[in-house]
Amino acid sequence: MTKQTLLAATAMSLLMGAAQAETLRWARAGDALTLDPHAQNEGPTLALMHQMMEPLVLRNPDGELEAALATDWSVDPDNPEVWTFSLREGVTFHDGAEFTAEDVVFSFERALSENSDMKGLISSVASVEALSDYEVEITTNGPNPLLPAALPNILMIDKDWAEANDTVDVQDVEGGEETFASQNVNGTGPYMLVSREPDVRTEMTAFEDYWGAADFPIGYSDIVYTPIQNPSTRTAALFSGEVDFIQDVPVQDLERIEADPSLKIVSSPQNRVIFYGLNVSDELVNGTPDAGNPLADGQVREAMNMALNRDAIRDVVMRGQSIPAGVIMPPFVNGWNEELNSVSTDIEAAKALMEEAGWGDGFSIQLDCPNDRYINDEAICQATVGMLAQIGVTVNLNAQPKAQHFPLVNGLESDFYMLGWGVPSYDSEYIFNFLYHTKGDLYGTWNGTRYSNPELDEMTKAIAAEVDLEARDEMIAEMWDMAKADTVYLPIHHQVLNWAMDSDVGAAVDPDDQVKVKYFTAD
Amino acid sequence: MSDHQVELQTRRTPGRFARAWDSDLAYSFRRTPVAVVSAAVVLILVLSAVFAPLVAPYDPFDPASLNLMNGFTPPGQPNALTGETFFLGTDDQGRDVFSTILYGMRISLFVGFSAVLLAMVIGVVFGLLAGYVGGWVDSFIMRIADIQLTFPAILVAMLIFGIAKGITPPEYRDQMAIWVLILAIGLSDWVQFARVVRGATLVERSRDYVLAARLVGQRPFAIMIRHILPNVLNPVLVIATISLALAIIAEATLSFLGVGAPPTRPSLGTLIRIGQGFMFSGEWWILLFPAATLLALALAINLLGDWLRDALNPRLR
Repeated sequence: MTKQTLLAATAMSLLMGAAQAETLRWARAGDALTLDPHAQNEGPTLALMHQMMEPLVLRNPDGELEAALATDWSVDPDNPEVWTFSLREGVTFHDGAEFTAEDVVFSFERALSENSDMKGLISSVASVEALSDYEVEITTNGPNPLLPAALPNILMIDKDWAEANDTVDVQDVEGGEETFASQNVNGTGPYMLVSREPDVRTEMTAFEDYWGAADFPIGYSDIVYTPIQNPSTRTAALFSGEVDFIQDVPVQDLERIEADPSLKIVSSPQNRVIFYGLNVSDELVNGTPDAGNPLADGQVREAMNMALNRDAIRDVVMRGQSIPAGVIMPPFVNGWNEELNSVSTDIEAAKALMEEAGWGDGFSIQLDCPNDRYINDEAICQATVGMLAQIGVTVNLNAQPKAQHFPLVNGLESDFYMLGWGVPSYDSEYIFNFLYHTKGDLYGTWNGTRYSNPELDEMTKAIAAEVDLEARDEMIAEMWDMAKADTVYLPIHHQVLNWAMDSDVGAAVDPDDQVKVKYFTAD
Repeated sequence: MSDHQVELQTRRTPGRFARAWDSDLAYSFRRTPVAVVSAAVVLILVLSAVFAPLVAPYDPFDPASLNLMNGFTPPGQPNALTGETFFLGTDDQGRDVFSTILYGMRISLFVGFSAVLLAMVIGVVFGLLAGYVGGWVDSFIMRIADIQLTFPAILVAMLIFGIAKGITPPEYRDQMAIWVLILAIGLSDWVQFARVVRGATLVERSRDYVLAARLVGQRPFAIMIRHILPNVLNPVLVIATISLALAIIAEATLSFLGVGAPPTRPSLGTLIRIGQGFMFSGEWWILLFPAATLLALALAINLLGDWLRDALNPRLR
């Protein structure tokens, strides 16, 4: 090699290096609650983990299923309970270990083990077996035509790594446990964990041996993820160029961001419904003992539902960036229709219902609310305090960060709470399974209402196995009628999703609010 | 002769007000325009806060009276949806900003006064003890004070607030928040009272009148309270005034950080925190008016404190 070519080669590699050394500085309201892929089925937690770990089947930014660690899958034509997934070959974990069928079996078993929060997603899975190094067979309890749609959030980790680091068991988040897996990652994803300080900063760098290095844009060589709880500080960080990309854009700042030529906003209706859950059991957690629970009375719950002025919330609190909801199901989901979604505000009728139920003098209750999770979550709760006061309900607002809020919901320590629910499978079954089914180890894991309806429980399992799609849709409609009649949840709205970013960041908004940086381009 | 005597007596015992009017302090006050203006500002603000239910057109702490549709009404202009007009506009929840400031100032002032009172009582007691008893008691109290001084006061207040919030049952948290704030700010602020009182006590305790009292056989407790305390009160008064301004700001800081007064019963700091979110979007009044009120209140009290310090300082007379 002559001197010139050597020089040219060096210059070339330097240039290429320069072109690729782009850092995406990414901010949103709250941090991931853990790095253990199976410990928390929560949006921002999964969003961060998706950069570093991968499922067999991925949902791409267009909302379509895409082959990730599995290249293709099929159901046995003779037995609809048996699925075969062919795995991608030549995939390595960040530590260099090869990805094989035993890792898939291990990850599924882990996701179905004690403490896992992902059990509800794959509750239909009976067994997972390795047929060869690159072939896995999944058997379901009864036929489940929607199995692939249930898999995008079941992330794969290395069996040997988990065993070597004594982190086979899923972290017990509610018990406050920290494990090796909650702070370290060894996945197959496009980015590797460099450092992490919870609630402060997480750094990631591109994984050189990523299997899809040539298939995806991967416009950024590094990611710095910073949670910024305060809405105006978050916007200010974008304006000042401190960050390149923010989620949870404060609705009051949209106009100003839009007006700035160096910034842009991409938006879409979000696959997420925001609602309140009510404790319908005989006793309140935060009430006077033996005084009874007004929320156990369906009329009271209906009255509260009628007292919520969703249009006012949309116009004032959300500045038009929401779609009022009458059912806890985003419009994308199979089972949704206009009629189910209709709801009206009627204070007089609500008061009459309260009177009829024997609570005409009102009662007092605590509302637990997150303040760093959903758009204007605390302001919505505050507005609710005023709306319920009009029908005599005195609400004590307890707003706190989601890391303290969610354990209250999961630990059945709240009587009245705010929650948001996205539906990654785009099917009603996911909602009934997690939110309406009697709370248990496998089903109803996010049902904080103590609601238990055996008939609905039965049907939840039945629709998971029903292969006749028409009959299935009829069952779903019937279930929604039952669920709506009982008003255990008070729907609020569907958020309009906004991502704001530097104009040279190329990103298509994902209706699930799931950031996948590998699809991002950098100009 | 008798007439003359009567005249003399009236001159010797003038009325209480007249005596105060003639005092050096009042003379200095009348001669200092800054003090007069500050006092007027403080008086107006305190009175309007105390009589807020009479002055304020709305009760912002009654959630049933709020109409969310009134949210974000600009000052003096009718709301686009409801047509109602508000003097200083409304916040994001449709609360009248003027009323909310008055009610919020009540909380700020109440927390400020109570916290300073708490700090003063603790500080004076420990300062007297340390200065008069001396020895290991002195060392012990003053080392604790030194240790506390190494932490920023706001940090200590946040620590106390966090612990108190952790041990109170959630249903009482809203009602307790105010008392916890008082406790947190009061406990973080006693050190300077203690140090000043200790210093003054050290000087006073070797004075002849104290020695005389001891010779007569008075008990130490009585000497501290009856003889020394009145003579160390001047600097305490000055510190208390300046501390009041600082305590109001500390409360605002804690509430601004979201650990103080709850958003449903906002103090000035909570209001500023709420308003801060709308800084970029053109709703400036939600931030500006509460912030200006806080500034006026703290500045006026501080200037009064400054004047008092100069007026009570014999070297500057």
